[in-house]
Amino acid sequence: MAPHTEQLTRPAVRLRGLTRSFGGRTVLDGVDLDIPAGQFVALLGHSGSGKSTLLRAVAGLDHEVVGSGQLTAPERVSVVFQDSRLLPWRRVLDNVLLGTDGEDRGREALAEVGLAGRERAWPNELSGGEAQRAALARSLVREPELLLADEPFGALDALTRIRMHALLRELWKRHQPSVLLVTHDVDEAIVLADRVLVLEEGRIGLDLTIDRPHPRSYRDPLLGEYRERLLTALGVTEDHA
Amino acid sequence: MSAVTTTVAVAAPEVSTEVRRRRRLSPGRRLPAARLVGPVLLLALWAAASAAGRLDPAAVPAPWTVVRTGAHLWTAGTLPTDILTSLGRAASGFAIGLGAGVLLALAAGLSRTGEALIDGTVNLNRAIPTLGLIPLFILWLGIGESFKVAIIAIVVYIPIYLNTHAALAGIDHRYVELAEVQGLSRFAFVRQIVIPGALPGFFVGLRLGVTGSWLGLVVLEQINATSGLGYLMFQAQNYGQSDVILVGLVVYGVFGLVSDSAARLVERRVLSWRRTLSS
Repeated sequence: MAPHTEQLTRPAVRLRGLTRSFGGRTVLDGVDLDIPAGQFVALLGHSGSGKSTLLRAVAGLDHEVVGSGQLTAPERVSVVFQDSRLLPWRRVLDNVLLGTDGEDRGREALAEVGLAGRERAWPNELSGGEAQRAALARSLVREPELLLADEPFGALDALTRIRMHALLRELWKRHQPSVLLVTHDVDEAIVLADRVLVLEEGRIGLDLTIDRPHPRSYRDPLLGEYRERLLTALGVTEDHA
Repeated sequence: MSAVTTTVAVAAPEVSTEVRRRRRLSPGRRLPAARLVGPVLLLALWAAASAAGRLDPAAVPAPWTVVRTGAHLWTAGTLPTDILTSLGRAASGFAIGLGAGVLLALAAGLSRTGEALIDGTVNLNRAIPTLGLIPLFILWLGIGESFKVAIIAIVVYIPIYLNTHAALAGIDHRYVELAEVQGLSRFAFVRQIVIPGALPGFFVGLRLGVTGSWLGLVVLEQINATSGLGYLMFQAQNYGQSDVILVGLVVYGVFGLVSDSAARLVERRVLSWRRTLSS
């Protein structure tokens, strides 16, 4: 047993036969998955396909869900939800520091997401995009080894979303956490992730490595091929005629 | 301006009318000092009717008679001691009720065992009109101060408990999840999420409790007391002194108004984060 090499080679997230069911309906049916440390993974699937269930299982948030299987995840895990989930009674900086301390690190994190100077603002005073940036800052301040994001940009307008994509990618490059991004947006997955998984019928149906340099453009024709494959895996056929 | 109108008129004559504002359906801007207008008008009517001799002074004495009686009672009578006695009862009853309401609500809201033990019991207590407990409490505690304080405490703790407990139970589950994700300890969770989240509900209960404490006080002092404002008014009734009764009512009114304003002031301070919502 060589603990050091073991640590280097061991994946950040490791699922073996992960099964979860709700009210007799099996949502996850024996999922096997390894996410190496530092990899940016997107998880696609129809609504109801169990992608949020998988993320919540990895986050350890599925208290009363029936299930079995093996699950290992790092010590420091952060979650970004679809809503910013800022506590309305705490100022932005205090929200970022929820559960940790270190005011300077909080300020740094806010500056990183472009919210320097808004430390004393109330969450109600932020726009949707700003609130989500604050939520990103809150997840970063803990220096997570794994960042779980459950449709974090789903509630944002298209322009804000594009800006947030660039920001997330940049933050990932700087901090190098493993990322598991749950999304229903194929383009978002292709533009951001290095590996895209499609969840179907409770298992990983497609595991696609996207080997294109960053920053990626939606107009990159080579990404179109990945897009095609993912849409087919999702059961959507595009009518180009 | 005219140039624009002409161009538009040439292009589409029907559309060229200026945009007319819609008829406003909301009541519009508030009058200055709106809340004082009604009471002041009422006072003026009362004064005018008294001056014109249209009111029986034995039933409704003139405002100035009430003021004079009040001043007399203050300097030469027992009014200051009566006020102090009444304030003391209300304050101790309120303080005990406040503490009990908050503690019980926390215990019931934060643990399932606490909920099982407390919630049903409090609701049972609520079903019994508290003033109906007076005879029993006199038997138990005697007719002194402790029974009065106990009744006021019960009147106060019920709305505080109910509203605080409802607010605790209604805390957004998403915030609980957030606390789990952020790895908050149970204590930090209660302090940083549960208590601030329940504060709006608590303040609703607090204001109801403040009102309740005065209500309980009036009833207790008028039937079972030998001192205090209510006793003063009760005596005045025996001697037909309507001006003294009115003085008592004015003092009660001032108490109620001041305490409610104080509760609201604290609420505004503590919940300052909410102001951004309404502005």
